[in-house]
Amino acid sequence: MFKRLPIFAVASLVMVVSACSPRQGAVADDPFERLNRSSHAFNKGLDRNILSPLSKTYTDVVPDPVEDSVSNFARNLSLPGKVVNNALQLDLSSAARNSARFALNSTVGLVGLFDPSQKIGLVEKNTDFGETLQGWGVAEGAYLELPLFGPSNMRDGLARFVDMLLLDPASQILKPPVSEYRTASTMGALLQTRQIYGAQIDEVLYGSADSYAQSRLVYLQSRRFELRDIASDDYIDPYAEFE
Amino acid sequence: MIISTLMPNLNKTNLARRTILTGLVSCALAGPVFALDKRVATQLVDQLVGEINTAIDSGMSETKLIGRFERIFADYADVNIIARAALGPAARSAEPAELEAYVAAFRGYIARKYGKRFHEFVGGKIIVTGTNDRGNFFEVMAVTELRGSAPFDVSFRVSDRSGQNLFFDIIIEGISLLSSERVEIGALLDARKGNIATLARDLADLG
Repeated sequence: MFKRLPIFAVASLVMVVSACSPRQGAVADDPFERLNRSSHAFNKGLDRNILSPLSKTYTDVVPDPVEDSVSNFARNLSLPGKVVNNALQLDLSSAARNSARFALNSTVGLVGLFDPSQKIGLVEKNTDFGETLQGWGVAEGAYLELPLFGPSNMRDGLARFVDMLLLDPASQILKPPVSEYRTASTMGALLQTRQIYGAQIDEVLYGSADSYAQSRLVYLQSRRFELRDIASDDYIDPYAEFE
Repeated sequence: MIISTLMPNLNKTNLARRTILTGLVSCALAGPVFALDKRVATQLVDQLVGEINTAIDSGMSETKLIGRFERIFADYADVNIIARAALGPAARSAEPAELEAYVAAFRGYIARKYGKRFHEFVGGKIIVTGTNDRGNFFEVMAVTELRGSAPFDVSFRVSDRSGQNLFFDIIIEGISLLSSERVEIGALLDARKGNIATLARDLADLG
């Protein structure tokens, strides 16, 4: 029954998101700011008390090659979902590349613990359902900071759940204990990422005068950059402002 | 954060080239301004990147490095317009004297903010990859080569609208220095109930 759901869910999602689509222009369209700020305070507390210290412990205790393998394993299992999105975007060359990566890393790379693809230049084309929606003409909509998941927007926030629940072949096929290894490795990858970008994350969260506004800016500008969303070029032309 | 990403490491550019670049820069600063076109914009950023590399490679103390960055910003960046844009609409209604004090404080603030983080990036380099004419300004694009981390895109927006060829924004992986400082300065100003004189005073200890 779950298998039928996707098409309807996706179709109605697109309508919902389009309906609340947004005026472009300003850096942030943020009608939910009060609610978002509460999520932000929660997320920041979570980072300060749990994620950040746990990440330090994890990366101190676990040897680097093991950390890398844990992250590789998680990343490899996310590839089928990316292939689905490549296909929905009709981006067949990326679909082929991500499929080839998955095939090589799952076999030669010992169930994804290693990344031989990288060594031969077969790099991942990262994508997600948010990018698919963008390709279908859906604008990003209002800014959202989701509890646990962090900065997002209407389009990409909803898309994240579609990716997790509907468009991820690995989660539908894998059974325990492999699905449990996957969850654990995803946590490991998160802890490693928190450490790698530690200086930048600390600066935004703990070194800025308004960490909510600064993380909103960082998220929106980097996401638009990632999606090559040139339609919303919100950069400041300081000369025009002072003429 | 921008900052941290920015700090490119400067790998060893050869010494002769550095010396020549430094010489050219001094001439350029002293002499008449060259008409800004793609080539001039690219050269300006090449020189800027060379100066940053030299400063980082020099092994000087943090205090000296910050002084050096203040000079690099003064030579290559339109700090006046960056400071005013960061202040936003409040810049229009400010008293000339308090605005002047604020801009002066901002010069030190921005140099410290970047200067402190530059040496985290020793061992890499920035490579200029191309320049786009964006109408009102030129966008000089570059990528970083950092040891042990993926390359990232950096672009410098260069304009002659101040009367000199200067950069007014640095965009790292899509994140604009100017936008980021507007958020930061805006929040600092709000926390001081819009008092620019207090902001100028406090900026001396920030960054």
